[in-house]
Amino acid sequence: MSSVTQTSLQAPRGTRRLTDGLVRGLVYLSAVIAIVPLVWILVSIASKGLPVILNVDWWTKDLAGTTDRRAGGGALHAIIGTLEIGIITAAIAVPIAILGAIFLIEYARGTKIARGVSFMVDILSGIPSIVAALFVFAFLITILGMGRSAIAAAISLMLLMLPTVLRSTEEMLKLVPDSLREASYALGIPKWKTITTIVIPTAFSGIATGVVLGLARVMGETAPLLILVAYARNLYLSPTSNAMGTLPTMINTGRDVAETLVGYDRVWGAALTLILLVMGLNLLARWIAHASRLKDR
Amino acid sequence: MAKRIEVENLDAYYGSFKAVAGVSLVVEPRTVTAFIGPSGCGKSTVLRTLNRMHEVIPGAYATGKVELDGVDLYGAGVDPVAVRRLVGMVFQRPNPFPSMSIYDNVSSGLKLNGERNKKTLDEAVESSLISSNLWNEVKDRLKKAGTSLSGGQQQRLCIARAIAVKPDVILMDEPCSALDPISTLAIEDLIGELKEQYTVVIVTHNMQQASRVSDRTAFFNLEAQGLPGRLVEIDDTETIFSNPNKKATEDYITGRFG
Repeated sequence: MSSVTQTSLQAPRGTRRLTDGLVRGLVYLSAVIAIVPLVWILVSIASKGLPVILNVDWWTKDLAGTTDRRAGGGALHAIIGTLEIGIITAAIAVPIAILGAIFLIEYARGTKIARGVSFMVDILSGIPSIVAALFVFAFLITILGMGRSAIAAAISLMLLMLPTVLRSTEEMLKLVPDSLREASYALGIPKWKTITTIVIPTAFSGIATGVVLGLARVMGETAPLLILVAYARNLYLSPTSNAMGTLPTMINTGRDVAETLVGYDRVWGAALTLILLVMGLNLLARWIAHASRLKDR
Repeated sequence: MAKRIEVENLDAYYGSFKAVAGVSLVVEPRTVTAFIGPSGCGKSTVLRTLNRMHEVIPGAYATGKVELDGVDLYGAGVDPVAVRRLVGMVFQRPNPFPSMSIYDNVSSGLKLNGERNKKTLDEAVESSLISSNLWNEVKDRLKKAGTSLSGGQQQRLCIARAIAVKPDVILMDEPCSALDPISTLAIEDLIGELKEQYTVVIVTHNMQQASRVSDRTAFFNLEAQGLPGRLVEIDDTETIFSNPNKKATEDYITGRFG
């Protein structure tokens, strides 16, 4: 063993120091490269979209009676459409996803059926949105002869939302310790009541967060909306109508408008509105997680 | 209240593995019976067959007879859920429901079995918490989370929760092994009081504890790893600890193995 001397404790010099500086620089650079596009996108959308959305009309009027050349109107039709399709999607996907997760974790854990279903859910979560859209188109419209509608779009979005919510719910149910289930059984509480009154409330915070994040994810999807429902410039509320405006399709229809026209500005407004909507949902998810977390009151 | 348990020729399995073989014993009402023995000897498994909690584990099952005042708990058409209302259980680690207050934890068994009357629930919560020696510590904060209590208090909360449904028998699976000595003492005192009303069966690794709290002691052993555990003998606690019949019991008690 060498003895400790003043020199043996000195900071590294030479090549070692050079390598350290080089790697450190590389790491910082990578971080900057990753963040720059994100900030760039946010800044450019905000700067071009903000003047458009800071207008009462934007939130209260649709585009009826306007054109890409004629100013006025707003995005109400698209905001309502996106929210409505989102709500229908969630209304179908959430019950199936939660009941499916309960089946997989509480009833079929470790069985062949569970492994089979799990595998299918994995495959489903990897399906591109356009494939889900074409499947619904082929099934509902070509085979069953139904028309395009907001509901058809919601069904295909449901296919995309289902696996994410099911997976997140599954993970949350797995986190509930078996000792709680046993404690409940030992009180003579039947299994289904144990699930509804002990397991779900214990996992509620995580399940709700997963639902909202799943919704935020499908709200920006575009392909199913393009294929399964026509874009309308007017506000339509009926989910069975074949046309409904949504923010992603509003952005899409305006993408080839000349830069000098007012229709071009509306695209930036719609993009910013969509980002705010999704961001709002993410914040809502964080708030739910915070407000409903189990605490030692 | 307080029923007699008769176990006859009980075998317990985990899938194809036979964990316990040929157990026959009698637990008298209003007594404390301790199950002792080395790790893996099947004492907890036997305990869990007494309220059909054993079969909660996937693949686990038991054969033989467990009679509660003459009624076979493994008879045809017996609902395990109904059995567990008569035979309550306290676990090794305190496990209050984290989503519920102290009040809701204690009343959960009654509420989830259909009791709606607020007055009945209030009375049951108070009397159960008094019986578990926790009332004075928590009566001013019944709305606080059950998990806000200390470990020893949580275990007494779990005992209150178990006795709130007025079972005939209370099973305890190493109830003090996660607790400090002072909390352990509190639980042991409580066990002494509980036997005035209930039949108590307790699994413990602590032989001093068995000799302190129990009237009868059952010693379980297994001949070798992989073989099923068996009941070696059951007798009055005093006899087991001073003058046991079997050599294996004496060796275990005196610390020669285990």
